[in-house]
Amino acid sequence: MNLLANFLQQLINGIHVGSIYALIALGYTMVYGIIKLINFAHGDIIMMGAYFTFVCIVSLGLPLWAALIIPVILCLVSGILIERVAYKPLRNSPRLSALITAIGVSFLLENVFFKKFGQNPRPFPQFINPTPISIGPLQISRITLITVLVSILLMILLDFFVKRSKPGKAMRAVSEDQGAAQLMGINVNSTISLTFAIGSALGAIGGILYSVAYPLIDPFMGVMPGLKAFVAAVLGGIGIIPGAMLGGFIMGIAESLTKGYISSQLADAVVFGILIIVLSLKPSGLLGKNIKEKV
Amino acid sequence: MNSRWKANTINTTSIILIYVILVLLIRMGFINSYYEGILIEMGINIILAVSLNLATGYLGQLTLGHAGFMAIGAYAAAIFSSRVNMPDLPLLLISIIIGGLLAALLGFLMAIPVFRLRGDYLAIITLGFGEIIRVIILNLKITGGGKGLSGILPLTSFSSVYFVTIITIAIFYTLINSRHGRAIISIREDEIASEAVGISTKYYKTFAFTIAAFFAGIAGGLFAHHTLVLDPKDFGFIRSIEILIIVVLGGMGNLTGSILAAIIITILPRMLMGFADWNMIIYSILLIAMMLFKPGGLLGKREFSLYKLLAGRKKSHGNAPVKNEGSE
Amino acid sequence: MKRLVKLMSLTLTGALLASSLVGCGQNGSGSKDSDVIKIGGIAPLTGDVAVYGVAANNGAKLAIEEINANGGILGKQIQYIDYDDKGDTTEAVNAYKKLVNNDKVEAIIGAVTSKPTLAITPLAAKDGIPMISPTATALDVTSAGSNIFRTCFIDPYQGENMARFAIENLNATKAAVLYNTADDYSIGVAEAFKNQFEASGGEIVSFEGYGADEKDYKAILTNVKGQNPDVLFLPDYYNTVGLIAQQVKEVGINATLLGADGWDGVLAVAPEAAEGAYFCNHYSTDDSSEEVQNFLKAYKDKYNEEPVSFAALGYDTVKILAAAIEKAGTTDYDAVVNALTETNITTVTGTITYDENRNPIKDVAIIRIENGQNKLYTKINPQ
Repeated sequence: MNLLANFLQQLINGIHVGSIYALIALGYTMVYGIIKLINFAHGDIIMMGAYFTFVCIVSLGLPLWAALIIPVILCLVSGILIERVAYKPLRNSPRLSALITAIGVSFLLENVFFKKFGQNPRPFPQFINPTPISIGPLQISRITLITVLVSILLMILLDFFVKRSKPGKAMRAVSEDQGAAQLMGINVNSTISLTFAIGSALGAIGGILYSVAYPLIDPFMGVMPGLKAFVAAVLGGIGIIPGAMLGGFIMGIAESLTKGYISSQLADAVVFGILIIVLSLKPSGLLGKNIKEKV
Repeated sequence: MNSRWKANTINTTSIILIYVILVLLIRMGFINSYYEGILIEMGINIILAVSLNLATGYLGQLTLGHAGFMAIGAYAAAIFSSRVNMPDLPLLLISIIIGGLLAALLGFLMAIPVFRLRGDYLAIITLGFGEIIRVIILNLKITGGGKGLSGILPLTSFSSVYFVTIITIAIFYTLINSRHGRAIISIREDEIASEAVGISTKYYKTFAFTIAAFFAGIAGGLFAHHTLVLDPKDFGFIRSIEILIIVVLGGMGNLTGSILAAIIITILPRMLMGFADWNMIIYSILLIAMMLFKPGGLLGKREFSLYKLLAGRKKSHGNAPVKNEGSE
Repeated sequence: MKRLVKLMSLTLTGALLASSLVGCGQNGSGSKDSDVIKIGGIAPLTGDVAVYGVAANNGAKLAIEEINANGGILGKQIQYIDYDDKGDTTEAVNAYKKLVNNDKVEAIIGAVTSKPTLAITPLAAKDGIPMISPTATALDVTSAGSNIFRTCFIDPYQGENMARFAIENLNATKAAVLYNTADDYSIGVAEAFKNQFEASGGEIVSFEGYGADEKDYKAILTNVKGQNPDVLFLPDYYNTVGLIAQQVKEVGINATLLGADGWDGVLAVAPEAAEGAYFCNHYSTDDSSEEVQNFLKAYKDKYNEEPVSFAALGYDTVKILAAAIEKAGTTDYDAVVNALTETNITTVTGTITYDENRNPIKDVAIIRIENGQNKLYTKINPQ
């Protein structure tokens, strides 16, 4: 019984981390889907969400509801700004230039926050009680429950939005064919801005949930989760929203089980190994469509 | 080929001249150990940039795992040189060649799954491989694991780096201008068309990838015997990105551009050191500005040629096609 | 004309490039007859481990200020030239070369973390320059050369003491150890603890490593929980320790937490999770000795925060160096090195003398975290 309990516990840990990866992966996949850009700066939106929340609670002493909403709005706006300033001018340039610009933006954000907040990682305020709830032999912390619930809720909302609402349809149209969408009367610029806005908002929330789980924030905290979330998006099929969710959970569970049963050191290798195996068998990702190239 | 003869003579003389001047400056103490280190770093960065350029610029496949090959070369060379007794220079050369060969072998093996993919997926899978290499190094006893490898023999010197760099550049220059080089470039331009005219894309992709890996390994070996301590953290995807930045900065598919960009990127952080905490911010702003204003890289598609500059050829852009020795 | 312009711009660029190379970093000549004594410092002022570097550097700067205010060493003022090694071995080597070749310093204080320090010890050994690392605890640091010293006690020493403490004072029979596989310090202390604990009759039920960038320890901790240890030993730095401690609570482990000197500062990160834990340190802030209290006050006045032990060690390093230079009567490398071997001073981190490996013989303070405060529990004197 102990073995089973241990396994379930590890699984729960994996779902917890996976839901955060999924949330962040959504931002990557939406942006890639619409302008074919790997937005390296997305990982740093996570960091910004965490720091803004930190400042709201610790330095400004704002009530919790404000301290959660304001950072999301700030990140949303930042996402739109970054797109306008750094990516829009390069829409017709080689994709690699936009990629390097994204890297530059990422470095810039990291170092600006580093300059402002210094070298000390800051302890993130604990507004969720960490004491676990016992269900039989399992201990589930409130943080896990809230994280998973919030993530799934947001994913459902996003899916609904993209499939049923008009702006959502516009997003899908622009992803498929920018020129045709424009001809149909869709405002491509606002649609792209909207995509960045939603992606950044989700990233900010992901950042807050991440910081609640691992309450130590530093200016470079977004690099690794960003990379893993991006890998999750590719795993599920980049540009495909359900794929990002699927990829996120797979990454989280794989990571947790590897750490628990094989070695904490090899977790990264296993996760990337899964990616390689999946891509070797299904080159466009798990839910990806194989588009034949026409001459 | 009178002009080619002249060009080659000018290039060879300037190479020897530069070497003599720099060595004199070092011997006389004008360039001390600190600056010598910078020159060595430049050489290593040049080799890295030029090799990555082959795979990314000329072949047109974005790879994000170059640091992994560098790591293999570094660790293999270091482990070899610490076990074998030999005079310095041959030991260095043999070690780095072993490092390069091992890296090339891995590049060759990786090419099989990697080239089944295209575009961004290929980039991600190379990133994945790079990370896996890093994690494996992190977990092996022989590489020192997380603690890293220390006590490496200081075999790298300015002279050795200079000549290895020059040889590397010469090899790549020859390769690019040969029919193999043209085949590689044609794959970048239009893969389906190349396949249609009988160029084995699979062969050339693997070929370019393996060569790039080999030289990354060589650079790694030189790096190891220069910094004397290896840490797996130095070879993560951030390092791959740094090399990529150099290549893009210099212009994709531009050999002299990579050399120039490597020199600049080596010096830039040092020049900015005086600004303490602002230096990285300035660096990233410069990077963004570079991309916004000159997305094709510093030199774009034009190769820098000393001969052309001195001979003052009466050629203006985009006029009648003129026979030149560089590739476009 | 066009050709001439091109050639001139080429030479101009070349000249600019060359001059920027030469121009930067060319400080004063620093001859030995000048009226300042130049001391070089190498510490991580930015990067992952900047917290420790800045603290040590601040401590050193405070001591230098105090000495200069009291007339300096041998009647000369100290000029402190410090460079950031970013916790990176290449940067540390560059900083060292710059200090010794360009700035021509008389002694090196640094580096702070073990890996960068190990990168520069071969160079320092070759140059013979007096080098004291305030905080690098890896065993091999001082064995590179007879001119290399350190101010902190070494890793094995801490691990052994905590193991003995667990067995004798806490009556522990089963222990779990979690350590950072990328850190010499963590590995060294963990292994020393394990060996001593087992030698004293205890059982190590879990000996698990995690990566440096790890944030999620719940998987490992879930496994540890199943083993029911009495004590859980976490020899890592306080940021990581705070993170682990909180997850220990989330997973529901009831063992007593133990730590080493890297724990200093954990109260700023996770005071509730660390409650009831014990760790060993170089000094304790509620040590009533004059040196400690003066240092605390001066540091708080200058930097507006409580000094962690790294700051104290940085401070003491300067004091040790200054005393040695005074004793030698000159800044000549060999004379200062000799004087260092005969060090016998009482400073913030205790009464310090050096053994034959140039490692300090000094006290170890065991601290207990009670009610969100560091309380000195007991002091151990080395045999």
